[in-house]
Amino acid sequence: MTTRIDKRFSALKAEGRAGLVTFLMAGDPDHATSLAIISALPKAGADLIEIGMPFTDPMADGPAIQAAGLRALQGGETLTKTIDLVRIFRKTDTDTPIVLMGYYNPIYIYGVDRFLTDAKAAGVDGLIVVDLPPEEDAELCLPALKAGMNFIRLATPTTDDKRLPAVLANTSGFVYYVSITGITGAAAPDAARVAQAVARIKRHTPLPVAVGFGVRDAARARAVAQDADAVVVGSALVDALAQSLDKNGKATKTTVSAVTDLVASLAEGVRSAGRVAAE
Amino acid sequence: MTIQQPNTFRSGPDESGHFGIYGGRFVAETLMPLILDLEKAYAEAKKDPAFRKEMDGYLKNYIGRPSPLYFAERLTQHLGGAKIYFKREDLNHTGAHKVNNVLGQIMLARRMGKKRIIAETGAGMHGVATATLCAKFGLECIVYMGAVDVARQEPNVLRMRALGATVRPVTSGARTLKDAMNEALRDWVTNVESTFYCIGTVAGPHPYPMMVRDFQSIIGEETRVQMHEAEGRLPDSLIACIGGGSNAMGLFHPFLDDTSVEIYGVEAAGHGLAKLHAASIAGGRPGVLHGNRTYLLMDADGQIAEAHSISAGLDYPGIGPEHAWLNDIGRVTFLSATDDEALAAFQLVSRLEGIIPALEPAHAVARVMEIAPTKPKDHLMVVNMSGRGDKDLASVAEHLGGKL
Repeated sequence: MTTRIDKRFSALKAEGRAGLVTFLMAGDPDHATSLAIISALPKAGADLIEIGMPFTDPMADGPAIQAAGLRALQGGETLTKTIDLVRIFRKTDTDTPIVLMGYYNPIYIYGVDRFLTDAKAAGVDGLIVVDLPPEEDAELCLPALKAGMNFIRLATPTTDDKRLPAVLANTSGFVYYVSITGITGAAAPDAARVAQAVARIKRHTPLPVAVGFGVRDAARARAVAQDADAVVVGSALVDALAQSLDKNGKATKTTVSAVTDLVASLAEGVRSAGRVAAE
Repeated sequence: MTIQQPNTFRSGPDESGHFGIYGGRFVAETLMPLILDLEKAYAEAKKDPAFRKEMDGYLKNYIGRPSPLYFAERLTQHLGGAKIYFKREDLNHTGAHKVNNVLGQIMLARRMGKKRIIAETGAGMHGVATATLCAKFGLECIVYMGAVDVARQEPNVLRMRALGATVRPVTSGARTLKDAMNEALRDWVTNVESTFYCIGTVAGPHPYPMMVRDFQSIIGEETRVQMHEAEGRLPDSLIACIGGGSNAMGLFHPFLDDTSVEIYGVEAAGHGLAKLHAASIAGGRPGVLHGNRTYLLMDADGQIAEAHSISAGLDYPGIGPEHAWLNDIGRVTFLSATDDEALAAFQLVSRLEGIIPALEPAHAVARVMEIAPTKPKDHLMVVNMSGRGDKDLASVAEHLGGKL
């Protein structure tokens, strides 16, 4: 089974460049603005779109993404609305892969089977669920794979060679390498360590490796894109969005462009990276 | 020959850390290798007689165990029914049951070579116990505490600082125990190599609920022996307050298979179950938070609700997974008590027994006031007096409008 994610990574490989993966929170700061931003991402240069499902208790996220989640929840965002956002996006874009990212409880309460049916129908291609390690694969990972959805796993600096096979066993689409031990928005690691880690993961899997955490600007994106198959940017985009809001936390005329301008600049960084020939 | 498996309530969790559908290991991948290490280290320590021996020494000479099983004579007379005993965990060094678990975890941290200890705290008793043992063993100690709790439990904040710990007030969310736990988990993800997370209750990812239960089970084990000495038989009922549920689990677990023993857990009903409260069994449903599946207070979309209780130690929207399972199979009966009922019990115990209870066990006493009169005079009831109330005097005085 070939998914949109598989197709996109094959196309990137054919182009000989790394991809840009953008993360934004669904419903941040409100549903309509969020839809406008996400719809504008492919044109700005995003190759793959991650959409956060807001949760009250995001244990692995730093202040920027915590605040984004709270803005979204205060704006009335729900999982139903987030799935709906993907459905509307898909009416005009049938190629850009969409990955929903978040925590398990809202999905568990929505109902795993119902969630997979609705998300798949809306055009969601993959899932990243932070608090579901391989030990809990029976909860969502296996049903998701069965439903034809990619389940993307995080690998971290603590995922050693002994642990990697367990992490990779049911992973599909791509591997998301979290380049630091820490929460989202924390400081960036040095490039040499990222290169080493990517090489190590690639010894265990033919899947593409996306690298995230700590990428804030075009220069950094370019550096990471030398070694990774894709670069993930989240907190920096969420920060750009937050800075464009008025003092009541509402969207302004510049909110959409604040995000898309940064995406364009990051895309340029990623595209200008001289790739070391794959494999 | 077929061997009949004994019917036991004490065999959980299974290998993957589940009690029925509850428990599990719902954590970020960064933490998984460490959690597996911890499970292994704990299993080894449990089998090591030297570990047990060292711990027994500290339990006796540092913590002051065994804690007395005290016959509350005037309360018994006042209520006119069951014969009421208090298990005096309030007399432990640091003033609550929390230290039983902290000692075990800190000894384990030392075995694992960890030098930096983090903890979350609500009422501050777990934070104080952690700061105490870190001081004793020369370990760095960082305690996360909701900013609301920092304000309402100031004496404990000062105690932690005096003991050399760093108290980090948490300003996210409702700024209480749940948010302190989020922040502690964020610290752990960031400093996973150097840091041991000393969880204060029977919750979190496996093996914590099992490990904390094992360290707290000394409460029930002593009670069994002491009751035999005092009355020559088993108690007829046990009752304890429940936030996460570690003092309750410690008392209950050794008696789970003694089916003649009635067991009651008392959750915090705050302003009332129809209003703001912290009773996850009474008002919640199964969900996943902080590493385990359990009963949680939440809205229709699975967003976690803010709990409320006058007692900072019970102000949490979840409960330990083994309690969730014991509820579902009907072995433990879960009740609740409101802020006002706890305040009344606080005053009654103080004046009748000369024991100022913490607001947490005052919730258990509130239900004792109702249940004890319905029981015969030979009914032996044990209340876990899980902590002392000095820390609560300011907030009790404020709630009583100066009538203290």
